[in-house]
Amino acid sequence: MSQAIKLHYDVDGTDFTRAGEASGKIKKTLKDIGFPPESIRNTAIAVYEAEINLVIHAGGGEIDVEITPEYIEIVLTDHGPGIENVELAMQEGYSTAPAQVRALGFGAGMGLPNIKKYSDEMKIDTELGKGTVMTLKIFAK
Amino acid sequence: MNVKNLIDALELEVICGGEFAEQRQISGGYCGDLLSWVMSKAKEGDCWLTVMGNVNSVGVAVLADVACILLTENAAFDEDALARAKQNNVIVLRSSKDAFTLSAEIAKML
Repeated sequence: MSQAIKLHYDVDGTDFTRAGEASGKIKKTLKDIGFPPESIRNTAIAVYEAEINLVIHAGGGEIDVEITPEYIEIVLTDHGPGIENVELAMQEGYSTAPAQVRALGFGAGMGLPNIKKYSDEMKIDTELGKGTVMTLKIFAK
Repeated sequence: MNVKNLIDALELEVICGGEFAEQRQISGGYCGDLLSWVMSKAKEGDCWLTVMGNVNSVGVAVLADVACILLTENAAFDEDALARAKQNNVIVLRSSKDAFTLSAEIAKML
């Protein structure tokens, strides 16, 4: 792989059943190019959680991915309500997900903590009423 | 132990993926219904016991690379989930027993 691979996905904010499509495709691409298995698993989990967040909280969004031999960078952009208190949202067990989402097995307050756990770098730019941009980086190791 | 051994020993209902049961090894087990929790903690090759039978459960099973989903207490498995499981070659099993009873039986076999 001599140059970066760039991928783009639109996440539908209304269809819970399609959440996971982007992470599945990214996982397959990483496998195809021989990314290390642990980095693939970490990426897939982080992106899946982030996709679910886009659907639960933001009414959908966009995912842009850049893959090089050394790392994968994922930028998730939404125009949702923004995160009121990032520090609180990063705590395990804290959740603002509605009851119907919890009934599906989500909303345990593990999303952002999981994303942090499985990414090597995580950056959140959020503005109330405007939306959130989350940038993740996972190194090939 | 492979998944076929588990199916035979515990007389499990096979919902889908039975054709992969002999080749898929089980190295451990995990119980849980909160999907983020499971995704974070379940290990590759685990038999995952849950009552959560929706399409997102299948997504988690694929991402976490568990050996199979074992639905406890005859939990429902919906049609979207079945389609996604077939598409991703996920083995889905079911039992009328609860997670505690099944875990105890599986632990003896590992």
